[in-house]
Amino acid sequence: MPVYRGAFGRKEAERLLWRAGFGPRPGEAARVARKGLKGAVDGLVYPPLIRMTGKAPTDEDGAPIAPRDAWGHDHLWWLDRMVRTNQPLVERMTLIWHDWFATSNEGVGSQKWMLTQNQTMRTNALGSFERLLLALTHDPAMLIWLNGNQNTRWDPNENYARELMELFTLGAGQGYTEDDVREQARALTGWRNDWREGLGDVNFRYDANRHDGGVKVIFGQSGRFNWIDACRLCLRHPAHARFFVRKLWSYFIPTPPPAATEAALRTLYRRSGYQIRPVVSAILRHPGLYTGPRMVKPPAVQVAGMLRARNRTVDTEVWSWVSELDGQRLFLPPNVAGWNEDRWLDTSTMRGRWTAANYVALPYALDTDQWRGKLSLDPSKLVDSALSFWGTPTIAPESRQALTTFAATALGDADQSWERAEYPVLIVNALRLLIAVSPDYVTC
Amino acid sequence: MSCSCNEFSRASLFRRSVAEAGRGLPAIEPGMPLPAGSGLDRRSFLARTAGLALAVYGAGKLPLGLFDEGIARAQSAGGPILVSVFLEGGADSLSMLFPAGNTRYHQLRPTLALQPNEGSPFSEDARLRWHPSLAPLAELHDEGKVTVLPAVGYTNADQSHFTSRHYWEVGATDAHLRTGWLGRYLDVAGAMDNPLQGLALSSSLHPALASANVPVACVSRIDEYDFWAAGVWGPVQQRMLDALGTFPPGSSAATRKAAEVTTQVARLRGQLLPFDGGNWGSPVPYPPGRNAFPARLAGLAAIIAAGLPLRCVSVNAPGMYDTHADQAGELTDSLALTANTLRAFQRDLEARGIADRVLVHVWSEFGRRGEENGSDGTDHGAAGIGLLIGSRVRGQMLGEFPGLETGLDNDGNLMATFDYRTLYCSLLEQWFATDAAQIIPNAAGFPRVPLLR
Repeated sequence: MPVYRGAFGRKEAERLLWRAGFGPRPGEAARVARKGLKGAVDGLVYPPLIRMTGKAPTDEDGAPIAPRDAWGHDHLWWLDRMVRTNQPLVERMTLIWHDWFATSNEGVGSQKWMLTQNQTMRTNALGSFERLLLALTHDPAMLIWLNGNQNTRWDPNENYARELMELFTLGAGQGYTEDDVREQARALTGWRNDWREGLGDVNFRYDANRHDGGVKVIFGQSGRFNWIDACRLCLRHPAHARFFVRKLWSYFIPTPPPAATEAALRTLYRRSGYQIRPVVSAILRHPGLYTGPRMVKPPAVQVAGMLRARNRTVDTEVWSWVSELDGQRLFLPPNVAGWNEDRWLDTSTMRGRWTAANYVALPYALDTDQWRGKLSLDPSKLVDSALSFWGTPTIAPESRQALTTFAATALGDADQSWERAEYPVLIVNALRLLIAVSPDYVTC
Repeated sequence: MSCSCNEFSRASLFRRSVAEAGRGLPAIEPGMPLPAGSGLDRRSFLARTAGLALAVYGAGKLPLGLFDEGIARAQSAGGPILVSVFLEGGADSLSMLFPAGNTRYHQLRPTLALQPNEGSPFSEDARLRWHPSLAPLAELHDEGKVTVLPAVGYTNADQSHFTSRHYWEVGATDAHLRTGWLGRYLDVAGAMDNPLQGLALSSSLHPALASANVPVACVSRIDEYDFWAAGVWGPVQQRMLDALGTFPPGSSAATRKAAEVTTQVARLRGQLLPFDGGNWGSPVPYPPGRNAFPARLAGLAAIIAAGLPLRCVSVNAPGMYDTHADQAGELTDSLALTANTLRAFQRDLEARGIADRVLVHVWSEFGRRGEENGSDGTDHGAAGIGLLIGSRVRGQMLGEFPGLETGLDNDGNLMATFDYRTLYCSLLEQWFATDAAQIIPNAAGFPRVPLLR
């Protein structure tokens, strides 16, 4: 397996922390760089015991949030974990599984069940993909979302069976037929629940009477398969390992793996018994992560990262509605295929990122009364000041030049002495936001 | 709002997802139709002549640049415009125009019945009074600018939100029809290069506008493209917005994309600046607040006045009318905002001198059960209320209120006294001067009624 052998400095550590987590806290990139590549990756894939740093999340009034009940507080709850966790890769993998097994509360209608599923994904974030798949196959939110709870021997519902193969384990058209979909649906029959007025969907359970106990033929094999067999047949299907490593890779590195790397990852995955951790570890040490092209940060990752950069915790509800502007409202992926990572950026979601950055920066906005006449008139120094606000992220010289040109031009508008005293303050506030939507900062 | 109706949230999810042409959507209940327009491709472009960022549907084969020319060419057209306003969820006609003091009404609605002194009398039927929140529409009705359909629907009403709405959207009780009735009208009378002819003021296309051939469009808010930056104002703010367009493309596809988008943002921001913050130059005040509906109609009046080539526009009214519980409060607030906004829109059009060109149709997928349920709400019914609003309407009731004594069906729902397809056929022929037979299945089977003065 190829391993990155080049310099592992602040810049590389910064990329690793954004790709495998939610960006560095102040000074963290330098600290992680000192550990070297192996130490840095090990620190992510073998995290310390969970500890949340800083103040628990609240609304504007300082009241605790109600993630199971209040609108948008599910989003706040998870965003808070992203911001305060000392296990960023576990949280990032949870986000990946939320996209991979995309379940939307629009169809589930229960924040409680969404959070239950979220915890299942977190518990299995770096463990066995088999355990994760089995757990999600009878997860209440998933049973509602893809109608597993309506799949009976009398009236099979193919929804979960199809996505199990198409989206979760094999890939569209990769070695299965419409007959396999129908037979898988039969194998998956048996899960049910009750609906209680006022409580909603409750009492999820397996009901053997609903299960089709007959012989099914799946991928050319026949047997009295049940839901566990349905999952295991997919995992043991020759197309699965390739699908798994390529899809997992795509969350960390934007160009597909070289053929030899892909083969090595497949072997690693199979020999480990479908373990996630060794595959992620190998990807995080691969040269492609450090020498390859940049990736667009998912909006939730950028927002969490901006808060981390400021050591700010979740102290307002604005993030819930802002997330609907930036294109990634947690627990509401657009459909079962998850978010489209090629489409994070458009004129509407960019305005969302801007709005998010503005609300992160809002409490720190420099006030002209306080800062009048105290800032430099050197455009470059104003750019340095604004960069330091975000922890001095790496930025290309050409982008820096665009920011400096803006600062110089705006300073040039200052004719009056009061303008020369005040404009630098406005310019730093503006630069902070321009940096946050710059091509350098929205990517990593 | 209170919606305990599982089918409803699924249906609305599906509808939202359709425009994404997404796969693996949650299953619809057995027998439910697919919404019209499912699977239409969607592309986005900026109509430079109009200053609008539009999602355009059904335009796969045409270059987007063509639409700019089409919109510009059609701009001076000045033809009639139909605005379809949807009360989503099944609005309670027995509250909107209620049988005041009726014994049966109070028996059926012991907690929800409005009192005989509430609201204002309905001049065309002494049995009925307007809901207090609908006073603005009562005012327009007094001026002869509202035609009321007190019990509009179809026989054997389907009580699924999804199915009944589909029937209204496609203009037929046909689960398999995939184009909307307005979309088919545009297929007959519209142009291949003017997506603004069918405009949904929404984040996704409304199925009634789904066409087979011509492009139609969708825009959510054209007045909310601001870039607030705390502690930045004056010339520095303008320089900042200009600077958004100056980022270099960088060396990877991701940075190139980001720079391309920030450049588009800077340009779009400049184009939408005239409309920023709802700066429509509205000659009348619209209701304040965060709800998008007043801003959407204020914007609509402004862009009609600006000469944009619109024909069919669709928009959802504020509120959720699926009032299975706690109905009274939801209706009071939502109807007030809806009615106040519709009156403001009418006054706006009048002040701008374009009221003769616009007709508003207000509809819902069904009415609600005569008898209230145990949760201070009502369940799904059959016939509901419809309204036509505008300076050109006749202002005379279509159909009649059937009464609660003999007008309820076996399920206890109001029976329709007027078929919605009669309304559609009459609208197509009288408002749009287009033969309804080309658009509404079995159009010859429905009578025509005079709608305009």
